[in-house]
Amino acid sequence: MPNFPRGVKFRFNKAKEQWVILAPERLLVPDETAVEVLKLCDGSASVGNIVDDLAARFNAPRDVIATDVAALLQDLADKGFITA
Amino acid sequence: MTESVEAPLALLAELTHRCPLQCPYCSNPLELERASNEIDTATWLRVLDEAAAMGMHQVHFSGGEPTVRKDLEELVRHADENGLYSNLITSGVLLDRTRLEALAELGLEHVQISFQDTVAPNADRIGGYKGGHEKKIALAHMVRETGLALTVNAVVHRQNIEHVPDFLDMAVDLGAERIEIAQVQYYGWALKNRAAFIPTYDQLKRTTEFVTEARERLKGVLVIDYVVPDYYARRPKTCMGGWGRRFLNINPAGKVLPCHAAESIPGLTFDSVHDHSLAWIWENSSAFNKYRGTAWMPEPCKSCDRAELDWGGCRCQAYALTGNAGTVDPACELSPLHEETFGLAMKEAAGPPPAFIYRRIGADQEQDAPVFAEPAE
Repeated sequence: MPNFPRGVKFRFNKAKEQWVILAPERLLVPDETAVEVLKLCDGSASVGNIVDDLAARFNAPRDVIATDVAALLQDLADKGFITA
Repeated sequence: MTESVEAPLALLAELTHRCPLQCPYCSNPLELERASNEIDTATWLRVLDEAAAMGMHQVHFSGGEPTVRKDLEELVRHADENGLYSNLITSGVLLDRTRLEALAELGLEHVQISFQDTVAPNADRIGGYKGGHEKKIALAHMVRETGLALTVNAVVHRQNIEHVPDFLDMAVDLGAERIEIAQVQYYGWALKNRAAFIPTYDQLKRTTEFVTEARERLKGVLVIDYVVPDYYARRPKTCMGGWGRRFLNINPAGKVLPCHAAESIPGLTFDSVHDHSLAWIWENSSAFNKYRGTAWMPEPCKSCDRAELDWGGCRCQAYALTGNAGTVDPACELSPLHEETFGLAMKEAAGPPPAFIYRRIGADQEQDAPVFAEPAE
């Protein structure tokens, strides 16, 4: 169940009209695809649920989306921006 | 400026220069602002509004020791209400559980605690504050129990560099999500005390190897930020992400600075939050525009393929070592003074460390002369 750990906030910056991940003295500006994934990371959806949701909405092959989502979440987890 | 300037990412809010510790590497200027000069709560609240309106993401409440300000709670709440992510950069010796919990409730996200060593006697000697280390450890546990993010800030130099592995263990044991292994940078107080702090090249090399390996081992467990003393580097650090590009720093009296050490450069005029809005200062302040971008650069910086990567390194360091803030940062191997800087570091590190000049008001009486003369053109 991917979620944001302590001290990590996924927020919309109104002045910049931009989604950002804010963490202790760090920030990351995710690209559009990542933003769609991160919006679904609420601690209750599994990776499978997230992939299903995206596959339905974006009409793309499920296995392609699954690979991309897994890679994105692993990269963010390595950097401490998300927990599995 | 004719081109529009991208808004900064974060505000460094130096609420006060008052601090119970006396670390001889303090990043505050030699000339400390007294309490009577500090800007009031209403002004800070307005500044936070302006920062949020500019699109800034984070505020770092720093000092001195920011918790000596009684209005810290109000500022944290206001930052949170404006969508600013609040970091508290603290010595950790004044904060009790009640106040920490109140700050967390009001929207504080993250606490960074500075540590002077992993062993109390040496840590307390360096900080000039008896019992400090124990209090810091106690606060770190409280931060974890309160559910806030924790950073261990380990300031590293020749008198504790052998404890870097212990610092990493300590951070993991405390449950911190992040550690800064910050080798002392030589400005202000640290420049005065440089010979007491600069490690040997071998010490630095071993530490860097250790940290590189630990980073891989602790991936996903502990974020490790590592800052090296760039006297030993081949290319300079990207200081502050570039002058006037990513951050602005407000000092306790309300002066707006491109970095916390910028006042060490003579001849710059800093604007005050009393006279202008933050947005106006960011775009128009002569101090920000002086070294912003690449137009100010001398050769070989101007035509260097790294000009927009390191933005010419550090202006305060260029001034401290050459007497000219507009010249090549001697940390760069393309500077005619690079070899000399490297040699100076080696020489100081090889000798016995001199006694500390502790950071306190009035301890800055000695005259500071540039280390090197300006190179002949």
